[in-house]
Amino acid sequence: MINLAIASGKGGTGKTTVAVNLALALIPDYDNVELLDCDVEEPNAHLFLKPEFELEKAVGIPVPAVDHDRCTFCGRCSEVCMFNALAVLKDQVIILEELCHGCGSCAYLCPEKAITEYNRPIGTIKSGSAGKLKFGGGYLNPGEAMSPPLINAVKKMIQPDHISIIDAPPGTSCPVVSAVSGCDYCLLVTEPTPFGLNDLDLASQMVSKLGLPAGVVINRSDLGDDRGEKYCRHAGLPVLQKIPFDKELAGLYARGEAVVSHNREWRRRFKALFSGITGNKKEVSRP
Amino acid sequence: MKLAISAQGEGLNAQTDQRFGRCPYFVLVDSESGELLESVRNESAGAAGGAGPQSAQLLSHRGVEAVLTGNVGPKAAHALKAGRIKIYTGVEGSVCAAVQKFNENKLIAVSEATTSAHSGMQKGRQR
Ligand code: SF4
Ligand code: SF4
Repeated sequence: MINLAIASGKGGTGKTTVAVNLALALIPDYDNVELLDCDVEEPNAHLFLKPEFELEKAVGIPVPAVDHDRCTFCGRCSEVCMFNALAVLKDQVIILEELCHGCGSCAYLCPEKAITEYNRPIGTIKSGSAGKLKFGGGYLNPGEAMSPPLINAVKKMIQPDHISIIDAPPGTSCPVVSAVSGCDYCLLVTEPTPFGLNDLDLASQMVSKLGLPAGVVINRSDLGDDRGEKYCRHAGLPVLQKIPFDKELAGLYARGEAVVSHNREWRRRFKALFSGITGNKKEVSRP
Repeated sequence: MKLAISAQGEGLNAQTDQRFGRCPYFVLVDSESGELLESVRNESAGAAGGAGPQSAQLLSHRGVEAVLTGNVGPKAAHALKAGRIKIYTGVEGSVCAAVQKFNENKLIAVSEATTSAHSGMQKGRQR
């Protein structure tokens, strides 16, 4: 129905809180809400939602192995690898697994068919539900850096007839792009500090490059100045919600609870946020 | 012997660079004649990862037999070993001076990494 990404230029802005509260606020009115935790390096939506997992699956990527008896050390594989994962030296091909994105180009293009692929595990995806809310998430193995393929695996769980809320990783690099691309709308969560503003600027450039309509939620809106709002006005980004710092909210957060489950007013506000998004979203034509 | 010196620029007068994988240039010099053979731009200097092994590959393709540099990470050392390229550290000053020190046996021959993974990257970022 709608794929809605929640992102932020940096961590710790309250992105997950917004994602979780938005999902829970919609639950009474809709039967088809799901939350997908794509912040696979630091997944924490499950701490708030405490879902029961029904499915768990290991995710890996195909990485190359070279048969040195067949290899002529022509260097072709290294040329085609965009990620510097292969180096051909004299009579040895060095494979840097941790840099390999599993794209398959090297195996496909090796003229001697000297490359085979094997599966290198990078993480796990899990799915289940928390009451009426459907939940899915990706969990990167400790020390692992290759998150985009895992994020894509989480996104494969998206059900097309659902309101799918996607908790994207923080930042503006590859993993975020994997999480937000293909979504219908991107909600950017920010804080009214100079750093927050700088990160918001980077994040908004990223979504506009991807051609995604976007809106902003300003968290702890009463703690800084109004530069964030001015920026949004200037950049043509609608500010859909301002969340003032609130003791109750902070306390609930610390206990790992969602504010909308305790407070009617906040439920109303998060529902209004959703209407703001759907009213704001560019009509997506689906073939 | 065909030497490669990690450098900040081109030619014999360029300053040497302490970082093996992330130096902007490799200056190739013939140790016997002291002659400049070539200055090669290090395309992988700014790569997100794998700069060390890529640099080793670059030098291996050019038939380099030894590198003179400051620090070598574990992956670069492994790749250089695979390319049968000897590693000498302790360069300072110009490329010329490094070659001279090499000829006087004043550089340190190493077979293992002299620094941890990615440290060249951090230094690069601080600049
Ligand atoms: S492309 Fe194939 S044959 Fe050529 S170096 Fe790579 S593995 Fe060896
Ligand atoms: S599969 Fe792709 S990313 Fe991995 S080593 Fe081969 S070309 Fe590089």
